[in-house]
Amino acid sequence: MVDRKEVDALLPLPAATFHILMALADQDRHGYAIIQDVAQRTGGALKLSAGTLYRSIQRMLEQGLLIETRDRPDPHEDDERRRYYRITSLGTAVARAEARRLSELVRMARACGLAPRLI
Amino acid sequence: MTLYDLLLRLYPASFRHEYGEEMRALFARARRDASGVGIVTLWVSAIAEIVGNAAAVHADILRQDVFYTGRVLRRSPGFALTAALIVALGIGATTAAFSVTDFVLLRPLPFPEPERLVTVVERTPGYDQMELSGPNYRDWKAAATSFESIGIYHGDELTVFGAAEPRRWRGVSVSADLLPTLGVAPIIGRGFTAADDRQDAPGTILLSYRLWQTEFGGDPAIVGRALSAQADFDAAVFTVIGVMPREFRFPNANIQFWITNRFGPGHYAERERTNNWLNGVGRLKRGVSLAQARAEMDLIAAQSEQAHPVANKNTRAAVDPLSDDVSERSRLLLVALSGASACVLLIACANLANLLLTRALARRRELAVRTAIGAGRERLVRQLMTESLLLAVVGGALGIGIAVAAVPLLAQLVPPNLPIAAAPSVDMRVLLFAVALTVATGLSFGMAPVLRAGRNPDLDGLRDGARAGDARKERLRSILVVSEIVASIVLLVAAGLLIRALLAVQAIDPGFDTEGVLTMRTDLPMPEYKTVARREAYYASVLGGVRALPGVTSAAFVSFLPISSFRGGIWPVSVKGDAEASTDVRTANNSAAIRYVTPGFFRTMSTPLKRGRDIESADTRDRPFVAVVSESFVTRYFPDQDPIGRHFTFAYADREIVGVAGDVRFRGLERKSEPQVYLSSQQVADGAVTFYAPKALAIRTTGDPGRLAPVVRELIHRADPKLPITDLQTLSDMIDLETSSRTVQVRVLAGFATIAFVLAAVGIHGLLSFAVSQRTQEIGVRLALGAQSGDILAMVLTRAIGLTIAGVVPGVFLAYAAGRSMEALLAGVPAADPATMASAVVLAAVMTVAGALAPTLRALRVDPITALRSE
Repeated sequence: MVDRKEVDALLPLPAATFHILMALADQDRHGYAIIQDVAQRTGGALKLSAGTLYRSIQRMLEQGLLIETRDRPDPHEDDERRRYYRITSLGTAVARAEARRLSELVRMARACGLAPRLI
Repeated sequence: MTLYDLLLRLYPASFRHEYGEEMRALFARARRDASGVGIVTLWVSAIAEIVGNAAAVHADILRQDVFYTGRVLRRSPGFALTAALIVALGIGATTAAFSVTDFVLLRPLPFPEPERLVTVVERTPGYDQMELSGPNYRDWKAAATSFESIGIYHGDELTVFGAAEPRRWRGVSVSADLLPTLGVAPIIGRGFTAADDRQDAPGTILLSYRLWQTEFGGDPAIVGRALSAQADFDAAVFTVIGVMPREFRFPNANIQFWITNRFGPGHYAERERTNNWLNGVGRLKRGVSLAQARAEMDLIAAQSEQAHPVANKNTRAAVDPLSDDVSERSRLLLVALSGASACVLLIACANLANLLLTRALARRRELAVRTAIGAGRERLVRQLMTESLLLAVVGGALGIGIAVAAVPLLAQLVPPNLPIAAAPSVDMRVLLFAVALTVATGLSFGMAPVLRAGRNPDLDGLRDGARAGDARKERLRSILVVSEIVASIVLLVAAGLLIRALLAVQAIDPGFDTEGVLTMRTDLPMPEYKTVARREAYYASVLGGVRALPGVTSAAFVSFLPISSFRGGIWPVSVKGDAEASTDVRTANNSAAIRYVTPGFFRTMSTPLKRGRDIESADTRDRPFVAVVSESFVTRYFPDQDPIGRHFTFAYADREIVGVAGDVRFRGLERKSEPQVYLSSQQVADGAVTFYAPKALAIRTTGDPGRLAPVVRELIHRADPKLPITDLQTLSDMIDLETSSRTVQVRVLAGFATIAFVLAAVGIHGLLSFAVSQRTQEIGVRLALGAQSGDILAMVLTRAIGLTIAGVVPGVFLAYAAGRSMEALLAGVPAADPATMASAVVLAAVMTVAGALAPTLRALRVDPITALRSE
């Protein structure tokens, strides 16, 4: 079970962290794949730089949001140098909590007329 | 790719090892995809990105390390507190010492281009620096080409009327070009012009910022105000023409005003050529070196000697940097202070290195575990450095607090005769010094355990737990102990020598009895008090009243009291019609100090009359001129003869010796004075040598002299309400003031020595305690095998004594060298003073042996079985 306090302590998430969690939500990825996934998801608006990516990853590993995984995908696709990352249950919980926090914000903004109403 | 590799070096090694490879691969891919301008953009963004991210990664690690350190230190608050306090004492002492030394010796004088400012005076046999005479000043200035300008000044005082009681101000009289030479202009109003400095010019005055604030409430309309005042020789009106800047203090911080010399032909007359009373300040032309200026002035002085072979005999010029106007003693004292503080810091660092070494040993297991779970050597080193730096920063902050508190005490070591503020303040410069010192301290004492951690990345720590270190560490610790002993011996000896010197100075007989005497000074405005009759009437009125007061046993007036603000007054003596003295040229061999007195001076001061009689009221101007001389006068001029009835020429007249008095230290306790001649206040021509007309009053009472003050003030006021009363104090206060700088020196150095001694004692005890505790088991084994407690004790003591000897021998040599270099401060106490040396050695030995003994006795009480079981 994930500790609620532990989750709350990490919020709000830096944008890069949230994006990395989203990129890893469905599958394990290596660094370059994360960058590509984020770029694709945001329509090219956010291109993570290598420095930002690995600094975020280092911090996320220390915080326990990710682990480095030893399970490799199909050996044909694999590149020896690559490290693969997998989201942890804490990572999932934190990403969910952040999404909740953001939608709550949007709901409030909508009530003030600062965001378009849902039809 | 090399540039990218270089960029990656900005990251901590741990990060680089972990992610460098992948980042390089990512960059290579991006580089392949880019072309043309894209390549440039790629590089620019890569550089910006890596610089920013690397800094952030470093900051992350620092934050973690600080957090971890905080937790570690909170777990051992005793260690943290001890370490921080040790740093605080070291940094505090050094910063305080630096603030004073920097203030007096290092920082440039507060004038524009101060390096071009020099003092220009005369140099005669026996006097390295002798003021200029009027004619020499005029001639030399006209001939010199090395200077942009040369100005002169001399001390002056004014009695200013207008308030209920007349005020006495201290200032200087200057030539119009002095302030421009210094490069300073008034903040309001104007400076002096040549027109203000002519003989018949109306009086003009510049006020000090402080005087303007205290006396005139900072009145912005002060310029143009006319002050009714009395200078020594003329009553006059002085018009305020301006106010000098707040930070302008020349020649020293006590100066309240500046007026012009207004010299006339009389000041430059030929007979004035041996009247040395003017201080010269010159500004060298750009590109002219001090040596060039000296060479030129020597030539000019030599020519001057040829032109005036008698008056300028052996007279040379002395040109020295204005910033060198710090006496050798003050300089030495501050150097000693800095040395002492460096010793304290050294001991503090040795202690901390020890403390951290011991701790690192105790933490071997923790560090080994951290290594085992993957912390790289670099991270461990960083962590250890962060710990020592954090301790240093906390200690440094405390230390700055200590320095701020200590500086007012040390301020008394600032010599009073410099154009700087009376007390230094802890400013940016000092703070920067303290910060640099803190970082250096943290790095240096942090290095010891770091080197250790760096050298042994193996897992020994896991195997044998927190057991004693190897022989090499043992040696390092011994070296630290020995260096602490050395430093504390040097400090103990230095402080001991100064204490001996203070005692020696306090034991010096000034030639009079300081207890029960009240003294004060009144200026006598000159046209009015020019005649002997007028002055005698005033003396009679005041002395008559004072002598009638209950408890007063005697009272008298004198030109200047011993050890007061004016200590000179050296005139040539001619016994056998010596050519030089009869033409009014004084040399070191024919001079004596002149003092006019009223009858009863010797009784009042309790100065013994060894032979003959005192000056009497019957010694009037129509009687033969008489003199009482000091014993040293007799020794110099009438050795092995009966001096009574002998004659000599002095102060324009033939004098007959009627009495011999004991020597008095007019120049101060620590300096032998010239022989003294006392003359009758009545035996002088009207209007002649009025500078020496008795104006200082001394009253001996059986009661508390301080309580007489209001009554005497009233008596003087009744005799003449225009007279300002200054320098009201008891003779014993005057003497205390004289020794106060020495008392402060002793306190400061003794304070440093105490701190050093305590630090060293704590350090040595801690160290030996640790060493013994590491050997508890060995001791247990030895006891179990039948060794006697005495054997064990002897073993430990042998080592402690060995350490003591290793520290004492170089310590004594260094202390002797330190003592020799500060000999000028020691008032004759020899640097190798056996009592001081012996005390320091004994103290150091006791400190070391006691430090070793206590833990050993503890170890001996341990049951051998328990000691062995802990294995």
